[in-house]
Amino acid sequence: MRADLEIIQQWVQPGHHVLDLGCGDGTLLHFLQQQRNATGFGLEINPDHITTCMGKGVAVIEQNLDTQGLENFDDGMFDIVLMTQALQAVRRPDKVIDEMLRVGREGIVTFPNFAHWRLRWGLTLSGRMPESDALPYKWYNTPNIRLCTFKDFEALCRQKGIRIKGRRVVDDQHQNSWLARIWPNLLGQIAIYRITRENT
Amino acid sequence: MPDSLPADSVGLARPETIHFGTPIELACGQSLESYDLVVETYGTLNADASNAVLICHALSGHHHAAGYHSLEDKKPGWWDSCIGPGKPIDTNRFFVVSLNNLGGCHGSSGPNSVNPNTGKLYGPDFPVVTVADWVKSQAQLADHLGIEQWAAVVGGSLGGMQALQWSLDYPDRIRHSVIIASTPRLTAQNIAFNEVARQAITSDPDFHEGRYYEADTLPRRGLMLARMVGHITYLSDASMGEKFGRELREEAYKFGYDAEFQVESYLRYQGERFSESFDANTYLLMTRALDYFDPAYQFGGDLAKALAPAQCEYLVLSFSTDWRFSPARSEEMVNAMISARKKVSYAEIDAPWGHDAFLIPTPRYTEAFTAYMDRVAREVEA
Repeated sequence: MRADLEIIQQWVQPGHHVLDLGCGDGTLLHFLQQQRNATGFGLEINPDHITTCMGKGVAVIEQNLDTQGLENFDDGMFDIVLMTQALQAVRRPDKVIDEMLRVGREGIVTFPNFAHWRLRWGLTLSGRMPESDALPYKWYNTPNIRLCTFKDFEALCRQKGIRIKGRRVVDDQHQNSWLARIWPNLLGQIAIYRITRENT
Repeated sequence: MPDSLPADSVGLARPETIHFGTPIELACGQSLESYDLVVETYGTLNADASNAVLICHALSGHHHAAGYHSLEDKKPGWWDSCIGPGKPIDTNRFFVVSLNNLGGCHGSSGPNSVNPNTGKLYGPDFPVVTVADWVKSQAQLADHLGIEQWAAVVGGSLGGMQALQWSLDYPDRIRHSVIIASTPRLTAQNIAFNEVARQAITSDPDFHEGRYYEADTLPRRGLMLARMVGHITYLSDASMGEKFGRELREEAYKFGYDAEFQVESYLRYQGERFSESFDANTYLLMTRALDYFDPAYQFGGDLAKALAPAQCEYLVLSFSTDWRFSPARSEEMVNAMISARKKVSYAEIDAPWGHDAFLIPTPRYTEAFTAYMDRVAREVEA
């Protein structure tokens, strides 16, 4: 099982109503349906992914976050809004986060850390835009247009008054390493954040 | 018709007329003491009758959805692209039921059938029926066939409205509702086009207030015009451009008003053919059923409230160039389903053919439809 699924699963309660932004082929939602009896939807724009979701029995809506936002969803209608590896690909991550926490009580966000030492090292040494297993694109064709670091993300949350309920830092295999726990912004490749506007 | 039946065809289909002796109360307040429905079925009903799929037809459709009636047929049924062995609605797995709706003109009780009370054709005296009335009659049909619950009710356009209505009126008798190129209600523009069509028919001198059978004539010109107007709304600007452009039938302008452009002669041909094969009173009735459809009406326009009783899962598909029932109309429906916490999947298929795209097997449409129906089949162990 993918390690990130295992981590996210622990934060989803049985019967939770879940929205997955950029749900891909529906692996996560399908897993949560099976393991947690979760209900809800995935949003996706890739036609092949949408078809795969339909074949799996994952409710998927063709909807583009950049152009359509989440306007069609009511306030607080989801227990959890998920966004795995998609924050860096939307045009306005700050607005998407606001919308996530408008339609959901809690958000779970995962994204690659642009301050990982190998990326820093690559840029310093070669003077070229870094590439890695988590970011395997060229600068001109990458869908990842809003790269940030763990520190950047946390600063944005502070600025917006969003509370970080939990954070797990893992490598690109979604394994939890002790090094990444010691110095996450340098040694962690991917972070899984649990965020909310609620105080309890 | 090809020399032999294609391997992915349901083969030779045999329509059957089923008589219903129990009265049916209609939305208009009238009732029919008895009525007939013409039905075709494809595939085999399984032991626990869990693999049945109902096909609902659109404005000019009928029971002959797939396969051929004889080896002389030039064309198969109207939705042969989607129904058959290995097709989205796979007849190796599903038992498919397709009917001609009440008020139709292909053998089911309607304006051109005999009123048992008078021994004469109903004509304009056939009551105006609604989508809900159709669904009610289809439920009678399900009872007759021993189908307690449909694995899926599927339809495009006006057929999609029936699939939606089923989920509201018989929530425990439908597992999946597949709504393609449809809308939860007509817009003013949609109704306006229908009105032009109806005016074309009723103002034809051969219409005789709908009693043209007695006058031994047909309102051909009116019906032809109605079809021409309708046909334009089924295509897109791009697909008409692609098919006809400004192409002339002959090389130069003739400075007259005959059909000089290819598109003109195409529309005239389609209209003429239709006027010979379709009943004008049925056309009026079908367009009215479209106009009246609005399940949210009795809930103050709140479709999410109207959806409250539904228990099924929905698949909604729209087509990018459909301007008759545009993707925005499907999204309106999907958003209400989301709000009502129903399970729904939605895709907007990129296709150039306008409203007609639901009849044309583009790869993405076929793949998504197949994937969804495959899952339905697995769910009912078909």
